[in-house]
Amino acid sequence: MTITLSAKEVASKIEENFPGSVVESSRDNLVVRGDSLLDVARFLKDTEGLDFDFLNFITAVDYYDHFEVVYLLSSLEHNHCLTVKTRCHDRENPAVPSVISLWQGADFQEREIYDLFGIKFEGHPNMKRIFLWEGFEGYPLRKDFI
Amino acid sequence: MALRTEPFVLNMGPVHPSTHGVFRMRATLDGEVVVDIEPVFGYLHRGIEKLAEQRTYTGTIPLTDRLDYISSMSNNFAYCLAVEKLAGIKVPERAEYIRVIMAELQRIASLLIAVGSFLNDCGAYFTPFLYMFRERERIVDLFEMVSGQRLTYNYMRVGGVSQDLPKEFMPALHKFMNLMPRFLDEYDRLLMQNEILIARAKGVGILTREQAINSSASGPVLRASGVKWDIRKADPYSVYDRFDFDIPAQESGDCYDRYRQRVEEMRQSLRIIQQAMEQLPPGPVRTEVPHLIRPPAGEAYARIECPKGELGFYLVSDNSIAPYRCHIRPPSLLNLTALRDMVRGWKVADLIIIFGSIDITVGEIDR
Repeated sequence: MTITLSAKEVASKIEENFPGSVVESSRDNLVVRGDSLLDVARFLKDTEGLDFDFLNFITAVDYYDHFEVVYLLSSLEHNHCLTVKTRCHDRENPAVPSVISLWQGADFQEREIYDLFGIKFEGHPNMKRIFLWEGFEGYPLRKDFI
Repeated sequence: MALRTEPFVLNMGPVHPSTHGVFRMRATLDGEVVVDIEPVFGYLHRGIEKLAEQRTYTGTIPLTDRLDYISSMSNNFAYCLAVEKLAGIKVPERAEYIRVIMAELQRIASLLIAVGSFLNDCGAYFTPFLYMFRERERIVDLFEMVSGQRLTYNYMRVGGVSQDLPKEFMPALHKFMNLMPRFLDEYDRLLMQNEILIARAKGVGILTREQAINSSASGPVLRASGVKWDIRKADPYSVYDRFDFDIPAQESGDCYDRYRQRVEEMRQSLRIIQQAMEQLPPGPVRTEVPHLIRPPAGEAYARIECPKGELGFYLVSDNSIAPYRCHIRPPSLLNLTALRDMVRGWKVADLIIIFGSIDITVGEIDR
């Protein structure tokens, strides 16, 4: 059985190394600041005992006043997983750092979120629309699209 | 004096026999050698994730049929699991077993197409493919008995399955179970040691263990690279913890290994079906679920090991009758991430084989 790590415990470990980076943590909810996301992600991937080597998926949710970008990370070695989120309050030019340097699997998924939500992933080498054509107006999965 | 050469951009697809649907690749070539490729998606984008936000929880099940349309049962299964997890619905024992039987039959049917079309790409034009369609036909007949459909089954429901097995189902399944191992042996005799297949596929398009994990590959592609990771064992859902089966894995991660991996997985699926048939309990096949399901506000991610890898649904509920957000984790899209690294340096003819060995369905990539 895959164990879902306690977000509170992981949050305290992150807080020790990167003070001020955790916005919110409850039993299974860990929200980190956008500007420290890449550091936190690297810490989760490289720390012994955590070893999050597998990125299950990335997605985004539109909550009108902010976007939430959701990452599900797993460790194939320890068989545990953790959901990490980050929030983006800017609706005009939302941006989040790209994790493609850590997990190659983020490539198409970050492009997909850019395509359908308009969230830019900074540091992605090929940040352009993936399903819709260049010049398409609007971002369909935003709640105010229809 | 050396001749100066220019790279050549070759456009493959969107409609090409080897692209398995409407999928396009822009390949940059140096002579016959692939320098770089860029997949171009979106020809089958129907906005299923957006459509799901406008429908009731039950109303999305037929949409999931249209994701990976050659393994609809698996999509139904993953989606229903996600809604059940979100709303806390229990499924009767008999329905769990029926679901497992359907999911494993679907795995065999889907892997048959995967293997058949891969051999097609290798140049064995349509001969093995027809053999494999012969067997798939029997499975499709079984599905037609239970659901009335031959491609988009829409058989599973939140809380169980739509109806019990008809009385002619079990005898037909027994017959299939007796025949299938013989067919698998026949493929092995025909193909496993086939000189042309080995020459074309062995050592071609190697995906290393590290690359596979780093690029979020899953399913047979991941296991052929030597990672023994199968959600049915690692994170058992439904009643998979009650069956005795092995997780086959290969070592080198080349095209031949991915082919062999799929053939071995079919044998394991047969083992699971056999046990599920023996243990199948009597009883109801569906719990009473309200017509309009209103799960409590929150989120859930449920995943299954579908024929192509990890298929998951991430649902967010705001306590209304429709999901606030429905994200689909498509194994086909993520398995393609590593394609670029796999094909660099190989010839155009190898590109076709490497691409074929990943086994994608475009319906699931574009959604």
